Amino acid sequence: MAEKKTKVSVLLNGLLNENPTFRLLLGMCPSLAVTTMAKNGLGMGAAATFVLVGSNLVISLIRKIVPDKVRIPAYITVIAGFTTIVQMLMAAFLPEINKQLGIFIPLIVVNCIIFARAEMFAQKNGPLLSVLDGIGMGAGFTIAITIIGSVREILGAGTWMGIPVTVNLFEPAVMFILPPGGFLVMGLLVALFNHLTKKKKEGNGLECESGCGVGCPGCSKAANGGEA
Amino acid sequence: MENTLFVNSSPHIRSEVTTQRLMLDVIIALIPAAFAGIYFFGIRAALLIAVTVISSVGFEYIIRKVLKRNNTIGDFSAAVTGLILALNLPPTLPIWMAIVGSLFAIVIVKQLFGGLGYNFVNPALAARAFLVVSYGARMTTWIQPLTKATAVDAVSYATPMGVLKGGGELPQLIDMFLGNIGGSLGETSALALIIGGIYLLARGVISWHIPVVYVGTVGLFAWIIGPEGIFTGNPLFHILAGGLMLGAIFMATDYTTSPMTKKGIVIYAFGCGLLTMLFRLFTNMPEGVSYAILLMNVAVPMIDRYTKPARFGGKAHV
Repeated sequence: MAEKKTKVSVLLNGLLNENPTFRLLLGMCPSLAVTTMAKNGLGMGAAATFVLVGSNLVISLIRKIVPDKVRIPAYITVIAGFTTIVQMLMAAFLPEINKQLGIFIPLIVVNCIIFARAEMFAQKNGPLLSVLDGIGMGAGFTIAITIIGSVREILGAGTWMGIPVTVNLFEPAVMFILPPGGFLVMGLLVALFNHLTKKKKEGNGLECESGCGVGCPGCSKAANGGEA
Repeated sequence: MENTLFVNSSPHIRSEVTTQRLMLDVIIALIPAAFAGIYFFGIRAALLIAVTVISSVGFEYIIRKVLKRNNTIGDFSAAVTGLILALNLPPTLPIWMAIVGSLFAIVIVKQLFGGLGYNFVNPALAARAFLVVSYGARMTTWIQPLTKATAVDAVSYATPMGVLKGGGELPQLIDMFLGNIGGSLGETSALALIIGGIYLLARGVISWHIPVVYVGTVGLFAWIIGPEGIFTGNPLFHILAGGLMLGAIFMATDYTTSPMTKKGIVIYAFGCGLLTMLFRLFTNMPEGVSYAILLMNVAVPMIDRYTKPARFGGKAHV
């Protein structure tokens, strides 16, 4: 954590470098389970983002008061509070999506993205940065699972956001909206994401802060620090 | 004189057998089954075989280019995958679905995991499973063999396994042996498949262990768990019905996805047989060969780990 965090970099971190779904592989359970339709992905992402921003803000505010030993129960209480709010809001205003997402809305309480950000970020940073981190991470998660949902819905049902796209052209492959299709699309998208972002990094030269000592080609720091 | 002593590291025993030759042998061994399929199901079967083989080789070429790897269509493994896939399809399947099957087999199951030798399950079987899950109705629409056709047009027709589940008159064993029954393109004729199997055994491409143990296990459980209580089953019916012969001889024996040691192979083949019978008798699916082999494919690394031979003087693993 040597590099100084700017507000923009914190915000963008969740979208690319540390995308919770494609890079950190967090929150796999909702990413696989609710992404049978693009709309569900969007709804799930929005709900998780709301909880993430709220809990990040509150946790960063109370981080100096809460004793280290009881921080996990304290964080759970905060996260559960926001989850209850979002669950009630969705039941009241978006009953259709709420029905589709079912148990996965209350399960946001134990969503590891929210926990990871509480532990890794909100606990160590001020409220403003934490909120920005929550927005960035939430947006990254939302975009990722909406993409997964879109791919699965188009291939598996021939529709996108409920609108017929290819369903009249050919028979959609039902497997993509079934669990094996979730794993398949997830794996392929992670591979694609890694492939695309790797290329970008090679173009800019490898970023190596301290020299890992492994001696990757192209990393000048490693050559100084590690044995050849 | 210095060159008379030749020092190099192992392996020291070399063989003339190449991947290309092995794959060619498999293709030759599959020809009787392919012809049986064309004989029983007509020109449409030939079209399906041609489409899957050509599209498989085509996808192999394209994906290797996209991944910037060397070209491997020359080793014929893609052609074998395409051919086996075709033999696993119902003769009425739309052509584009067969192409989707080839795409899944070659691109996703085979090449994205590293190509020949790295696929974790049999590509043709995985593609079949993909098609069954995705297009269930299409993949289970069977037609009568032409030799039996009573109606002018092809009508839907139950396979022997379907009859067992759904009721109806069971076919004659001799028809099942020759292939004069409904089913996937290349699975119906046990005779043609056995001819191919004998060729592979004679060429040393496969050993007898997997087919014999697999078929034997299926026969044993078919006999034990009979319709009228224990030890009343007809083993021959279960051995000749469905995709067992095709699976046992050509798909369970795939080098990459079967164990390395003899002990492992026996465990693997027994597992295939047991799962096949469990699927056939106790699930709502009529046939279980493909899922049985896929599941055992996945178990192969574990079987290999527990059947690793002890090195000379060393302690046994496990």
